[in-house]
Amino acid sequence: MVTVPVEHGLMLAGVLFALGALGVMVRRNVVFTLMCVEIMLNASGLAFVVAGWRWGQADGQVMFFFILTMAAAEVCVGLALVLQLHRRFQTLDVDAADKMRG
Amino acid sequence: MNAVFYVSALIAVASTAMVIIERNAVHALLYLIVSLLAVAVIFFGLGAPFVAALEVLIYAGAIMVLFVFAMMLLNLGRAATEQERQWLKPRMWRGPGILAFILLAEVVYVLTCVGWPAPAGGVVEPRQVGAALFGPYVLGVELASLVLLAALLGAYHLGRRTPPSEGGGP
Repeated sequence: MVTVPVEHGLMLAGVLFALGALGVMVRRNVVFTLMCVEIMLNASGLAFVVAGWRWGQADGQVMFFFILTMAAAEVCVGLALVLQLHRRFQTLDVDAADKMRG
Repeated sequence: MNAVFYVSALIAVASTAMVIIERNAVHALLYLIVSLLAVAVIFFGLGAPFVAALEVLIYAGAIMVLFVFAMMLLNLGRAATEQERQWLKPRMWRGPGILAFILLAEVVYVLTCVGWPAPAGGVVEPRQVGAALFGPYVLGVELASLVLLAALLGAYHLGRRTPPSEGGGP
């Protein structure tokens, strides 16, 4: 088994999360925003699994399971929103939908 | 064995950076799949084979296919074939292909040289995960099913084709 210090695993999770957050902030294409949200959710799940591995417990993996469920639900609604956005504005730019009407 | 962790971590970070940099959505998806596979290899190394399988099956399998479907739906009608021909140029597959090949080499190395199941222990078996899931966390499982049902209904509602008289963009 891997015997790396647990800080390295958490650091990897932090770096992946930061990359995902950076992507959400810099990309204007809504599909890329959704992908970066997926990266962030995956990074948090990685942190849970690393913590569960540190103490040899199954709870971290259980939390990953819940995060996975939530990611599936989120991407399902998010892609439906992307289709609706494209249908209404003929673009994938999130800034096109900044007016709160209809 | 530690080298497997660090190489996978490097691949995960590099391919995630490529997701952000990449201009084309389908190429970014390829890199995202490689990133998820690298994280799955890390899970395998951390003694979580059940979660590694879930990562490959559900994240890299189901959710990414959903993304591909959505992108194909968005491109219907508009010079889609020409765009696809451009997407499927062989050199576009080279980067993700090389990274995925390194991951495959790692898995082969682990399976042949280190051996599976690992003798040292520290592996949380799927049996333990299942027992925890349906023991103390059974309420969470029920709530997850509710969340999935709500997402199903929400996606159905949002994905409906609204008649042109109702709503419509500016």
